Formats: sequence, C-alpha cells, structure tokens
Amino acid sequence: MHTAEATHEDSHDNLIIDNKKLLMWVFLGSDCMFFGTLISTHLIYRKLYPESFDPTALFSLELTSFSTFILLMSSFLMALAVSAMHKGELKSFRNNVIGVVFFGLIFLGCQVYEFAHFVHEGLTLSTNTFGSTFYMMTGTHGVHVAIGVFWLVCMYFYSHTGKMNAHESAVDVEVAGLYWHFVDIVWIVIFTVVYLIEFI
Amino acid sequence: MSYTEIQTPKNPSTKDTTSVPQVLTPQSSQIGLMRPDHSKNVIIDWLTTVDHKKIGLMYGAIALFFLLVGGVEALIIRTQLAIPENDLISAQRYNQLFTMHGTTMIFLAIMPLNAAFFNFLVPLQIGARDVAFPRVNTFSLWAFVAGALVINFGWILQALQVMGLFQASGPTAGMNDFVPAMGWFGYAPITGINFTGAGTDFWIMGLQILGIASLSAAMNFVVTIINMRAPGMKMMRMPVFTWMTLVVSLLIVFAFPAITVALGQLMFDRCFGTNFFVVAGGGQPILWQHLFWIFGHPEVYILVLPAMGIVSEVLPVFSKKPLFGYAIVVFSGAVIGFLGFAVWSHHMFTTGLGKVATAAFSLLTMAIAVPTGVKIFNWIGTLWGGRVRFSAPMIFSIGFVWMFMMGGFSGIMHSSAPADAQQQDSYFVIAHFHYVAIGGIFLAVVAGIYFWLPKMIGKMWKGNLSTWVAIFSTAGLNITFFPMHFLGLLGMPRRTHTYLAGFGWETYNLICTIGAYILAFGILLLVVDIVRCFRYGEPAGDDPWDARTLEWATTSPPKVYNFAKTPIIPARDALWENKYGPKNRKITYEDDHGHGIHMPSQSWMPLIASLGFIPLGLGMSLMQAGVPFMGYFAIFGLVMLSIGVALWAIEGPGGYHLNAKENVA
Repeated sequence: MHTAEATHEDSHDNLIIDNKKLLMWVFLGSDCMFFGTLISTHLIYRKLYPESFDPTALFSLELTSFSTFILLMSSFLMALAVSAMHKGELKSFRNNVIGVVFFGLIFLGCQVYEFAHFVHEGLTLSTNTFGSTFYMMTGTHGVHVAIGVFWLVCMYFYSHTGKMNAHESAVDVEVAGLYWHFVDIVWIVIFTVVYLIEFI
Repeated sequence: MSYTEIQTPKNPSTKDTTSVPQVLTPQSSQIGLMRPDHSKNVIIDWLTTVDHKKIGLMYGAIALFFLLVGGVEALIIRTQLAIPENDLISAQRYNQLFTMHGTTMIFLAIMPLNAAFFNFLVPLQIGARDVAFPRVNTFSLWAFVAGALVINFGWILQALQVMGLFQASGPTAGMNDFVPAMGWFGYAPITGINFTGAGTDFWIMGLQILGIASLSAAMNFVVTIINMRAPGMKMMRMPVFTWMTLVVSLLIVFAFPAITVALGQLMFDRCFGTNFFVVAGGGQPILWQHLFWIFGHPEVYILVLPAMGIVSEVLPVFSKKPLFGYAIVVFSGAVIGFLGFAVWSHHMFTTGLGKVATAAFSLLTMAIAVPTGVKIFNWIGTLWGGRVRFSAPMIFSIGFVWMFMMGGFSGIMHSSAPADAQQQDSYFVIAHFHYVAIGGIFLAVVAGIYFWLPKMIGKMWKGNLSTWVAIFSTAGLNITFFPMHFLGLLGMPRRTHTYLAGFGWETYNLICTIGAYILAFGILLLVVDIVRCFRYGEPAGDDPWDARTLEWATTSPPKVYNFAKTPIIPARDALWENKYGPKNRKITYEDDHGHGIHMPSQSWMPLIASLGFIPLGLGMSLMQAGVPFMGYFAIFGLVMLSIGVALWAIEGPGGYHLNAKENVA
C-alpha cells in the first residue's frame, strides 16, 4: 500500500481551520465589501458637495472618541473572554462577556444619543445626502453592534445550561469574537474617515 | 443522539441498488423541539431535507420552471415585435415583460440551474458526505424560493388591477405598475418613488432576498470546497467544475454586497425619504450605475464560469483524453473572476467617465479576452487527437465552444469605447449577450443535464431526441439572435415596445420572431426528453459515460451518504486513473472504524426562517401600494425569520449514524 503512506500526508493538505471559523472569515470578507460600499458612498457624496453642509459644528469629537474608546476596550474584554473559554474558565468567561455586552450597550447608547441630538439639530435622513449616507452607514454599523450584543447575551445565558465547555465551545466563542473585533475595526475606519477627516 | 442501524447486504460491487430499509427515527433536539418526521411523509422529507442531492434536484426543477416562465415572457416580447406598430401588448406591459424576462432568466433560471449543479456535484466530486453546513444549504434553497415568489407576486396584483379589483393608494397612489417595469438593472432615477409603483418595491425586496440566498449558499460552498475535500484531493486535483464553483462562490461573496447596499439605499430612498439617487435632494443617479455594475459585471462571470466548468468536464470524457492544460484552465478561470471586478465601467462608456477612465476600462476589458481565449484553445486542444464520441453532452459542449465564441467576438467589439458608443442600447448588445447567455450558458447547462442526469436519477436517456433538441435550439438561437446584430447596426434601440415601418427593420424582426419560436420548440423538446428519461429511462449504472471524476465512482443515484467509506484520492481524474491507471493510482478507501457514517439531522428551522422572508418582502412592498396593516405583516415576517434562526441555533446540529456495510473496494 504505497499510496496509503503517501496520501496520509495529503490528508493534512486541507487547511486546519474549523468550518465555522472559515465561514465567519468568508462572511467578514463579504462584510468588508458591504461596509466598503457604504463608506465610499459617503466619501463620494462628501467630496461632491463640500460646501453644502459642515458637520464639524454638529460632531462632538469628545463623545465619539469616548464611544470609540469604549468599543476598543470591549474588544479587549472579548479577547479575554475567548481566552477564558479556551481554558475552560466559565466564570471568567461570563464576567468578560458581561463586560463586552455592557460596553457594547454604552456604545449603542452614545449612538442613540448622537442620532437624537443630530436630528434635534436638524440633520435627518432626508435633509441632504450627508444625512442619508451618514445615518445609513453608522446605522448599519450600529445594527451590527446590536446583533453582536444579542449574540453575546444569548451566549451568556447558554453558558448557564452547562453545555459549554472548552472542548466544544471555544470555537463558537472565537467566531463571535472574530465578528466583534471586525465590527470594532470597521468603527475605527468610520471614526477616521467620517468624523476625524472633517476636522482636518 | 439516537443511533439507527441500517444493514445492507455484503456485496462485492457497488452496482447493487437493492433498496435499503431506510428507517430513520426522528428525534427531538436539545430543547425538546421535534425534528421533522421525514420517514412518514415524503413532502415533509423534501421540505426539510439537508441532503445536498435533494436540494440540488429541487433547485434544478424550480429553475427549469422559471426558465419556461422567462421563455414565455420572451416569446410574448418577440411576438409583439414581429411586425411594425403591433398592438398585441401595451408599452407598459412590454416594459414589465422585458424587465421580468431579464430578472427571471438571470436570478431565477441560470443562477439556480448553476446552483443545482453545485449542490449535486461538488460534494460528490470532492469525496465529501455533504456540504459543510447542510442546514444553511436548506435555508439558501427556500430563501431563493421566497425571493422568487416576492419578485413575481406583482403579476397577481396586476391581474387584480386589470380586473378592477385593486388600486394602489398610499405612497405610490395612481401608479398601477405592480410588476417591475424598469429593466433588470433598475437604473436610477426611474426607480424613484415619483416614477414607478409597487413593482419596483417587489423587485427591490425580491432581489434582496435572492441575494441573501446566494450569499449564504456561496459562503457554504467556499467552506465546503476548502475544508471538506477527501484525503488526497489536493486543490490541483479537483475537477475543473469544482474549481469554477469555488471561483464563482468567491465572486458572489465579494460582488453581492455592492448590490445589497445599492438596493438598501434605493429602498431607503423609496420608503424613508433619503436622497441617495434623488436628484432634487442632491443625489447622483450615476452612483446607482456604478454600484449596480460593480455587482453586475462579476455577476456575468457568476453566470458563465459554471458553464465553462461543465464543458471542461464533458469534453475530456468524450474525447478520452485528459483536459488539455488543466492548470492553465483553472488559472484562467480565476483570472477571469479577478478581472471581472475591474471592468464594470464598460457598461457605462457612454455616461461620460472621462478619457482616462474609459481607456483604462477599455484595456482591462480587452485583457479579459485573453484568459477566455486561453480556455477556448485548451478546449480545442482537448478535442485534438482524442477519440471523440458525439454523445448528447458532447454535442452541446461543442455547441457551447462555438456559440460562446460568437458572443465573445461581439464582446470584444464592445470593449472598444468608440465602437461601444455606436452599439450602446441597440439590438447589437442584445445579440451579444444572448449569444453568451443562450449560446454559451444555456447550451453548457443542457450539456450538463444530459451528462449528469443519469447520475442524479439513475436512469439513462432513451432514444436520440437530444439530437433534435440540439438542432432546434442551436438553429433557433442563431436565427433569432444573428439578425439582431444587423438590427443593432441599423439603429434599432433596445426596450422599445414597437417600431415604425420603413427603417429596414421589418424583415429582420420577423426572422428573429420565427427563430424565437424554433428555439422555444427546442426547449420544449428538452423538457419532453427529461420527462421521458424520468419515466422510461433504463437503469444507468454507476458510470455510463466511462467518465473520469469521482462522482461516477458511487452509485447512480448516489446513496444518501454518497460514499460508504471516504475515498483516498491518489491523482487528478481519480476515477479514470482507478480504471485505467497504474496500480499505485487506484482509489483506496478509509477505514470507518466501525462506528458508522455520521449524518446530519433534518430540521424545520431553515424552512421557517426562510419563509419569513415572504411576509417581510410582501409586507414592505404592499405597504408602498397602500394596503393596510402591511407594516405589521412585514414585522411578522421579521419575527418569523428571527425565531427560525434562534431556534435553529439552539436545536443544535443533531445527527445520527448509518452503518453501511458495503464493500466498495
């Protein structure tokens, strides 16, 4: 059986990456194009009508920097949660996940406040193209965060059923973590090219 | 997890197809939800199946149905155009017909026909038991069905409106076009709330749902092909069809988000008053064209690459030669896919992009002809010196090579921007992409049907009706579309519901219409032949064509578990090497260690989740037509979708073990 010997090596040919994790990577690739389209729409329209609308009066860099920081820190906690699940430390996992959820909710709260404030100041979806692209892009990001929060809340409760352990659930938590970090990275891009760029 | 033992008699060959007692007891899931009892009811079995082969067959059946629907729409269009100043149908109805003809053929006929082949063949070709995520696969199928229903629902409302039973009120009051009527590309600003009625909303919601179905299926196939290959099945040992599936799946993954966002923006424009494409609010309609074609051009390759994959499988089998230049064929396919993202603006040469952009896109478009030409030469090289058998799949494949080349030639003409300025929006363009779509994709898909249906249903074709299918469809397609080149050069514009006599268009149009009926007769014969195969076909045997790839190494039709033992692949063209190759290239089989084959459980949840798209899509669209309570209907759909997904996650994959004591070696 000469081939059995040779093909045994071949069986390691497939990438050693879990199906779920690979699916999440492919999804994130797709999501890159998704946010890429939304952000470029915003940048195109911003360049088209630079004088029509000045968002610097509206943006509060302090608030947005705060919520950006919060979101970054939530990513840190998420990494800790993944690490805890890898070690099978359920209690530490729960604490960190609660932290991520809490920070995610703070971020969403800031966004709701920001939206309400902007609408109050007269920038709505239909005011101009800036309103349309801004709300749709940041709103889509907010929906991503909300889905992440919902996902982690589900995981938190699921961890109480006793069905989560390092062997089977580490990859599930890791997939959720990939998603969360990605959403975080997207926000860093949005914060830079949507908020900061206006103050240059 | 319950274990169900299935005993098959020990048999030295796989030829034995005696029915196995398929007693699979349903089980409850982790939270006590009932799994579907598929052993009692055949309808429940098909609705909730996670078997990639059944899903593939359903994709194929539904796609063939929509192929006929789109074909009837085309026939009405051609009948209207047979003579000048015909008043068979109104201009509005004509707009609806060409819009739905394009949308149906692309999204509801060709893409799902390709998906049918992906589903049925890819796991078999890579030696896998199923796709990576069987329930996601079920979800993709039913989401596709939901999208198809939503996009076609307007016909019912339109019928009611004609009978005087329904009028639009609300945001689209006074606009009684309930079937999409703005072209399959939906250019802004005609899709705006001030110009078109609820038909556009059905189109937006339907396409959005179809996009979700395609995306989930594509992600599934990327993971399947990368991760689920049998041992020894290296990337460069995969059949070309599987390779093309991978390229197409990646194209879908990266191209569909653009149309998702564009449709979302359009929906926001219509429903929530944003200004993305509203000129009065500062929006730029050209943005739609860019976003649409960033999706739309890769979409062209999403449609055609599987056809190239099919032909690359068929030609070697019927030439008794390996595919000429396997590596370069694969590489060309990947290059076509990659370049497909860089040529979208050749659909927009006449919009005034500026000289530099036009020149760049012109060059890139010409560049894409190189890998395509490489493929053509490799196919000819495969035929060269082979022992060619002119069986039905071969006839259609050779037809593909020739007819696709015709479409390619006029395509190269378009790549020259000055020439394109003349051809833009004329019948020349129609001729071009129908040569690609029918002469290329359709003929290849028919070749695929003739090649693989014996594997899919285990029955062999009866008689030589396929020759007549080939004669009528190829003749019909040439008689219909070749004169359109001249019509286009004579200046006849696309998308006009009638024309005046005296421009020299009458004879050509009449010929086109006659050709369309000949083509339709050919497709009718195909349907007859398929029905005959189902009803009267003799048992096909495992390998009726003396084929080369792994799917022919299992039974016809394949058992639910595909391969009793996982094959170990020693070479490319694994089955051929197994049959005729040296001793060290025989397929060997992994030991199953006696704990049987792990099979996924069936589930209600993907079906429930995807059917939630129907109230969601219809609710959002009917809300625009002023039907009361439709907002709640849409929310109901969203809730149904969410509950389906949540319970799907909670119920867990389940699974049971089959013991197939078959000696396959």
